[in-house]
Amino acid sequence: MGLRIDVQKRTEDYPKWLPAATSIGAVLLAFVFSGLILLSVGADPIRIYSFFWTASFGSWGAVSDVIVKATPLLLIGLACAFAFKMKLWNIGAEGQFYMGAFFASMVILLPMVDLQTTPKFLVLGLMMLMGMLGGALYGFIPGILRAKYNINEVITTLMLNYIAVFWNNYWIFGKYSDAGFQMTKMFPKIAWLPRLSDFAKQYKSFSGITLHVGVIFGLVAAVIVWLILYKSRWGYKITLIGDNPKAAKYAGLNITRNIVLVFMFSGALAGLAGMAEVTGVVHRLQERISTNYGFSGVIIAWLAKLNPFAVILVSVLFGALIVAGREIQPSGVSFLIQGIILFLVISSDVLLKYTIRVVRTNKDGEIVQPKATVVEEAK
Amino acid sequence: MNFTVIFHAGIATGTILLIAAIGEIFAERSGIQNLGIEGMMLLGAMAGFKIAYVTGNAWLGLLAAILAGGLLSLLHGLVTISFQADQTVSGLSLTFLGTGVALVLGEGLTGLTTATIPNLTVPLLSQVPYLGQIFFTDQNLLTYFGYLLIPIAWLFIFKTKPGLHLRAVGEKPDAADTLGVNVYRLRYLYTFVGGCFAGLAGAAISIAISPGWYSYLTTSGQGWIAVALVIFAQWNPTRAALGGYLFGMLRRLLLDLQGPAMLLGLKNPFFYDHNLVFFLQMAPYLLTIIALVWGSSAARRKRLGAPAALGEPYVRGERGL
Repeated sequence: MGLRIDVQKRTEDYPKWLPAATSIGAVLLAFVFSGLILLSVGADPIRIYSFFWTASFGSWGAVSDVIVKATPLLLIGLACAFAFKMKLWNIGAEGQFYMGAFFASMVILLPMVDLQTTPKFLVLGLMMLMGMLGGALYGFIPGILRAKYNINEVITTLMLNYIAVFWNNYWIFGKYSDAGFQMTKMFPKIAWLPRLSDFAKQYKSFSGITLHVGVIFGLVAAVIVWLILYKSRWGYKITLIGDNPKAAKYAGLNITRNIVLVFMFSGALAGLAGMAEVTGVVHRLQERISTNYGFSGVIIAWLAKLNPFAVILVSVLFGALIVAGREIQPSGVSFLIQGIILFLVISSDVLLKYTIRVVRTNKDGEIVQPKATVVEEAK
Repeated sequence: MNFTVIFHAGIATGTILLIAAIGEIFAERSGIQNLGIEGMMLLGAMAGFKIAYVTGNAWLGLLAAILAGGLLSLLHGLVTISFQADQTVSGLSLTFLGTGVALVLGEGLTGLTTATIPNLTVPLLSQVPYLGQIFFTDQNLLTYFGYLLIPIAWLFIFKTKPGLHLRAVGEKPDAADTLGVNVYRLRYLYTFVGGCFAGLAGAAISIAISPGWYSYLTTSGQGWIAVALVIFAQWNPTRAALGGYLFGMLRRLLLDLQGPAMLLGLKNPFFYDHNLVFFLQMAPYLLTIIALVWGSSAARRKRLGAPAALGEPYVRGERGL
């Protein structure tokens, strides 16, 4: 007699709630594991977590900070989810983000339009377009390399991340440096995305609230990505190519072109995030505008099971992690939690493929059948 | 610019890439792609540095680094071999996790100095003109280990029976299984081996070849370059070594380009406009991409490719490749 773990391949579809449950379970478990690691290095996890909570949701100002942080994460998470749907591992959102920020900034730095006379919405509109263009062009490179030469996009996108940072540095340390600092001059107000604090005169409670319009870009993008992926022919093709490239090829889909297009679309979303960050938060091009958003985006997309609306929720969670993580020692904690979360999420996918039960075995090691039949045999 | 110095330094820093890449070759030959090298290297670098600092013994540090890398890789093994999760995503999360753990446990180590693995000049061999100065003078013991590792790894993979099993598991796991090779066990084993090498490569940075702990900058993307190197090398240890050494030399060359005011009789632009140095810093990453493009088109010409079952989970009884 004994107990054994019995693993069976699922023959029916898993219940609808299961993917969400595994994601939530993964997040909770990740906090437990991280707590154990923190305990082992002599830190107090309860204190750190309660600090996490107050630092991220303790006040309206904090909540606004969290949403501001969640904005680029949302756009980048969508960028990743979109590419991952076709099993294109775009790890380069970081670089596309920087290129988007750079291209958008060029509108002001060159300048591309007369900043005195052009209306604000035109300036910002042009910056949006340039941001998306920058990201899309930077996504084109790994896309075409993957499509034409079958070069592993994980490596090319990663290398391009480093390159984008150095490219940015070249301009902000050099030609566009503000008096030798590693940043450009502050953009004129015309290039600032509207913020809630701009309305502090009418509504007192908005003073100091930095929430900006970028979050709306993110929400709209989520709807668009959802419409494309789930309601359009293109989305159907993307899903088909992702799930079964061979079948897609026999069906006559142009895989090469779709790889490039998906990469460019994904890059455009990340580029828009870069634009929103320079126009909504820092108001200049500078160093370290991203704190590894590109990588967090990968985890967010995965945790959201590539569902655009779930990406919204998850990016808020990660925004909170980052806001609180900034002030926490040791500095690697939020990285640690993110890593554990991703591991648990992908491990938990096994639950979608298999059923796992604890079963009784008899002394020959055979599985004892449940109750009724056994009882009858004993008689 | 002194080319002997560049070659000498290139061999030394190339050793780091070589060790990591050969480890990854073992893993990928068995069918398991582990993109977590960067994380395992950083964890190894931290573990090696910390243990060497605490115990004062660099060899214990080395051992700790190997174990740290190996243990972390077992997680990748568990998730990809037993749970059949996607290897790309699992490898990425390994990088996050390794980085996170390394940063948390490595808190406060920056700026400290530790015991290190010593350098050695080989008598007689170092007297050989040119080559002696480059290969056998004042090189780290791990660099010599690298020299030995190249032929051993090559012989093991291509000329021994376990090497044949290794390749079989990565090319046709179902056939290997039919012949009584334990696919799961071998994949776990070589994933572990790859992790151990990655950990060792990390320690080769932090306590041997360029000692110190500089947080995440310790590895600064070398793990990813090692992954690219494996593809460039077409899963062959000797080519990986060659690529690693070349890359090391290039890094040193780029560093030395910034020094002199005159270059080949021309004004050195990098000397006069310091911002151009950002383009030099970009170069290794750009060259990695170029090497990948070049390497993979060469591979297509010669009909060499990745192990056929690379990235595919093996499920006994399901139709294989």
